[in-house]
Amino acid sequence: MEKSIITVVGKDQVGIIAKVCTYLADSNVNILDISQTILDGYFNMMMIVDTHGANREFSVLVEELSQLGDSIGTKIKLQHEQIFDMMHRI
Amino acid sequence: MINLFEVSETNKMIEQENLDVRTITIGISLFDCIDANVDTLCDNIYKKIMTVAKDHVPTAERIEKKYGIPIVNKRISVTPIGTIGASACHSIEDFVKIAKTLDKCAHELGVNFIGGYSAIVSKGMSKSERLLIESIPSAMKETELVCSSVNVGSTKTGINMDAVKLLGEIVLKTADITKENDSIGCAKLVIFCNAPDDNPFMAGAFHGITETDAIINVGVSGPGVMNKAIAQAKGKSFGELCETIKKTAFKITRVGQLVAREASEALGIPFGIIDLSLAPTPAMGDSISDCLEGMGLERTGAPGTTAALAILNDQVKKGGVMASSYVGGLSGAFIPVSEDQGMIDAVNAGSLTLEKLEAMTCVCSVGLDMIAIPGNTKATTISGIIADEMAIGMINQKTTAVRLIPVIGKDVGDTVEFGGLLGYAPIMPVNNFSCDDFVNRGGRIPAPIHSFKN
Repeated sequence: MEKSIITVVGKDQVGIIAKVCTYLADSNVNILDISQTILDGYFNMMMIVDTHGANREFSVLVEELSQLGDSIGTKIKLQHEQIFDMMHRI
Repeated sequence: MINLFEVSETNKMIEQENLDVRTITIGISLFDCIDANVDTLCDNIYKKIMTVAKDHVPTAERIEKKYGIPIVNKRISVTPIGTIGASACHSIEDFVKIAKTLDKCAHELGVNFIGGYSAIVSKGMSKSERLLIESIPSAMKETELVCSSVNVGSTKTGINMDAVKLLGEIVLKTADITKENDSIGCAKLVIFCNAPDDNPFMAGAFHGITETDAIINVGVSGPGVMNKAIAQAKGKSFGELCETIKKTAFKITRVGQLVAREASEALGIPFGIIDLSLAPTPAMGDSISDCLEGMGLERTGAPGTTAALAILNDQVKKGGVMASSYVGGLSGAFIPVSEDQGMIDAVNAGSLTLEKLEAMTCVCSVGLDMIAIPGNTKATTISGIIADEMAIGMINQKTTAVRLIPVIGKDVGDTVEFGGLLGYAPIMPVNNFSCDDFVNRGGRIPAPIHSFKN
């Protein structure tokens, strides 16, 4: 298992989750958990995913998700879980 | 499990508060390159650096992507060239040849700077070390990415005043020889007391002789993040302020620790240390001065500034030390003038003077850094400023340094533009009463009484 975090921040609209999930399915990335909230009219989503079996390089996933975000007017980031673990857990 | 709040806190630090890893620096020992022939020596140095650091930049870029955190600089430090060139270099030109080799490596590898054009002369200068120091002006002119440093004193040895006198002249010569570019050569030259062997920050990084063959040292940053945290503690007691700084320093340092471990594994080079320094940049909000003002000062330089900086420096260490297995380098808060918009504003407002900066260096991580002074300042005056700063380091058992830029052709009231991370600076006035007879005495200042601990 190679846990990573996807964050999606942007204006709420139809189909954000669908588009991200479709891309992840195409890339063979398994979704472990999804949480989302609307803050000040902005859509905030966090996904915990397993990139272990992904059919493309991690850096390619990062690039393509960012481009997907640009195309639907949201900011999509993929980061390895460890950076959050290191910072917030002793 | 990590929650949405924690994830967005981290990402806010990166996206809005300029959190980054300031540098991954690979320290490389050049002892096995030594040869009596300067061309063979240069060839050996080239091969060694190009082999050890070949994956440096791509690895750093991969880590950047993996964690979504910018790694601003990729750097290399080498064993002090004053030692490595001792057998091969018989002239200034020989040493400059080595500088050009280092520059070539840096360009070809795509690193930002290469440090170690250095001499450790805290007690005495060997013939080759004197030659290296004399070659610094030409080396700084002929190269772009090479950084130079000279350690002229320590708590254990006292201060080598012959070297201090010589360096006053060298700083001026370096300024003069690079005057077409606002004397930028001096921005790549640092004069130290108690220089650490494992500092990853430029211009003072070198790979000390106590170090192993190759090592990874990482410098973290984050004045912007600290600034936001301090703002949240507005009006609270000192106890609460200190807790806030400590917690934030812990978080920042953990990111550095993660990146260092990852780089070390990927490159197959052991992890050395994390340098906890808060390093400002000219970006808005990424400022140590703003942190100090956030504690309750109208302007940096006002009474209370030294105490505020002492708090910041100490709490950063207390939070950072627990976050990393090995801490070293300079570790504290940098107070460069040109690289910190808040400092520049304080100078322009008439609040911050050279003398106040000197007082602040007693409690900050390093010293008088990136300060532009009039180009017509006398060499002995520069030596006097260096001697004062070295004395602070020697007596207080801390690292101190001087990076002054006498800007040829400019005077108080003018501004000088260095560009990039080096920023810009107003020319600051210098006390011009003479110290000629003091500096010209020659010899060395003995080690202080509290260095005799055996």
